[in-house]
Amino acid sequence: MNGRRSAILSAVSMGLGQLYNRQYMKGILLLLTEAAALVYFIPRLAHDLWGIWTLGDTPSKMVKVGKVYQTVKGDHSIFLMINGLITVLVLALFIAIYVMNIRDAYRTGAKREQGIQAATFRESISYLWDHKFPHLLLTIPGLGVLFLTIMPIVFMILLSFTNYSLPQHIPPAKLVDWVGFNTFKDLLTLKSWSRTFFGVFTWTIIWAVLATATCYFGGLLVALLIEQKDVKFKKLWRTLFILPYAIPQLISLLVMRNLFNGQFGPINQYLSYFGFGKLPWLTDPTWAKATAILVNMWVGIPVSMVLILGVLTAIPKDLYEAADVDGASGYQKFRIVTLPFVLFATAPILITQFAGNINNFNLIFLLTNGEPLNGNYQYAGSTDLLVTWLYKLTLNNSQFNMASAIGIIIFIIIATFSIINYRRTKSFKEEDMIQ
Amino acid sequence: MKAGQSRNRYIRLTLSYVVLTLLAVCCLYPALWVLLSSFRPGTSLYSDSFIPKSFTLSHYTELFHSKVFLYGRWYLNTLKIAFLSMIFSTILSTMSMYALSRFRFKGRKTLLTTLLVLGMFPGFMSLVPVYIFLLQLNLLDTHAAIIIVYSAGSVLMNGFVIKGFFDTIPRSLDESARIDGANHLQIFYRIMLPLARPILIYVALTTFAGAWVDFIFARLVLRSKENWTLAVGMWDLVSSYQNSNFTMFAAGAVLIAVPITLLFVFLQKFLVQGLTAGASKG
Repeated sequence: MNGRRSAILSAVSMGLGQLYNRQYMKGILLLLTEAAALVYFIPRLAHDLWGIWTLGDTPSKMVKVGKVYQTVKGDHSIFLMINGLITVLVLALFIAIYVMNIRDAYRTGAKREQGIQAATFRESISYLWDHKFPHLLLTIPGLGVLFLTIMPIVFMILLSFTNYSLPQHIPPAKLVDWVGFNTFKDLLTLKSWSRTFFGVFTWTIIWAVLATATCYFGGLLVALLIEQKDVKFKKLWRTLFILPYAIPQLISLLVMRNLFNGQFGPINQYLSYFGFGKLPWLTDPTWAKATAILVNMWVGIPVSMVLILGVLTAIPKDLYEAADVDGASGYQKFRIVTLPFVLFATAPILITQFAGNINNFNLIFLLTNGEPLNGNYQYAGSTDLLVTWLYKLTLNNSQFNMASAIGIIIFIIIATFSIINYRRTKSFKEEDMIQ
Repeated sequence: MKAGQSRNRYIRLTLSYVVLTLLAVCCLYPALWVLLSSFRPGTSLYSDSFIPKSFTLSHYTELFHSKVFLYGRWYLNTLKIAFLSMIFSTILSTMSMYALSRFRFKGRKTLLTTLLVLGMFPGFMSLVPVYIFLLQLNLLDTHAAIIIVYSAGSVLMNGFVIKGFFDTIPRSLDESARIDGANHLQIFYRIMLPLARPILIYVALTTFAGAWVDFIFARLVLRSKENWTLAVGMWDLVSSYQNSNFTMFAAGAVLIAVPITLLFVFLQKFLVQGLTAGASKG
């Protein structure tokens, strides 16, 4: 009886049930929480929900007042959408707390029925500290992730179902509307968009395969060279080769852009010293792609090298001894022992790097900026990857709905590869084995 | 037989050293080239010799004294932002991963999966909404905004590297501490943190470097010139002056790169550990 009564009281207003159970401090705190929530929700809840549902109905316009035109502020669809989203999230949090409050009142009430004293405030706190410690730790990071990662992602997913883009639908002068799957349909069927999309998509995949493979085998080669028994100064070589990784990409890639400058860059200068012609490193579509892969090797081989060096030292020595007994040559030992072992141990790394290369924004953006231009493409150049295209669509061309649709497609690609990978990782499978 | 073998070995070693030296030259060349360019008189990208005929520090002094570049100011801004982001993100991500690695509670697996999935969205997708969110909170053009966003983002970026490391620390350690009467917080900073030091250094180092060079988000948020960071200023220099004043760009580049490069080279050991841990995601 007691439990039901406290639960109902707590359902009427947060904290009442707790007060009834004589947990005064807790009850007052909960009442205050509810008061704060009411102050927050009353002025905005209805308007915000209306806003996210309709995205506004009156655009800003110029109205003649007396002799001058004045702007009358209308609805800003995008602000309506974000505010609506934030309100919905806060509401969800509030409802969760409310439910917990009712459950707590019910439990305490039921306990009192059995003659157990309700916990004092101090006891509640120490229970929280002892048994809900992970929840306490996760609260602040959780809120950060909720509002700075989840909210933006949901927002962008919503955007792809609107027509938020230049030239017709940019607030505050114009409204934005929900359009269902039209954006995706346009992206895949409208000639100007689909040509760009499939072109950029194909290059992104080719790029990711080549970039991953060259860095991986380059790293393997360097690691094998250093790890030879009789090579001296191992530490020195390693430090030298790690240097490209240590220089911030922002700097090294901008420097590379100048090194490969077709007119004045030193590389072309050296080529002409030796009597070769100048090469269009960054200005010809095909050359620019090759240059991007070359420069990516410079940036990426150090990481692969470090990872593979770690694996090489872990190969059991007796495997080599057994191979020696069987009279294997150096090459055979490499093919039969080293390569399978390294490949097996680094398979997850390969997939991670592949996914990373699909999203390799820095390299393309800083080195070529997607250029040279491609007349057939909509807002993209010949070397643009999906991510850099997304960036340009968002920040330079205000095609927000298209950018979001592309973002979702990138997500699907990455997720596919990552799921394959994560299924076999230790984090998920073996985490309880070392306890 | 024996002579042939030693000759083979000789050839192989010589070849190896030749290749290694060539690679080392490739690694060093761009860095050396920029360093030397920054000391070269004049402003052009073109030069007829690798080593300049005379050296000058004028590009460096110009960066710090000109009215257009507030390099000294930007340096301080960047130091502040990078340092605070490093502290907060390390605290936030270790705390949350301690909870996720050490405790078993309802919804834990769901949380882990959510974190993984969130990490797969391209980060730029959040640029616009985060911008509007900061606008609503009146945080645009403040350093606090940048620090908050970097710190919250690092939970996603570094979470699994840290969790993977925590998972390898035997449970029996905290159980015995628990029997000795330590509470969760004490276990966290007396046992977990000291043992996880290498991975903490890795995370601190990469977030510091990340904040140091980020120009995309910083450029969007920091509007007034005196609030800029080095990377934003650098980006401005590149987009407006690169072709006309290459040597100054070189000087600016050296100033940005040197601290990070030195940190990375000296703390190599920790980077290697972090990379290895991060690559297999635990």
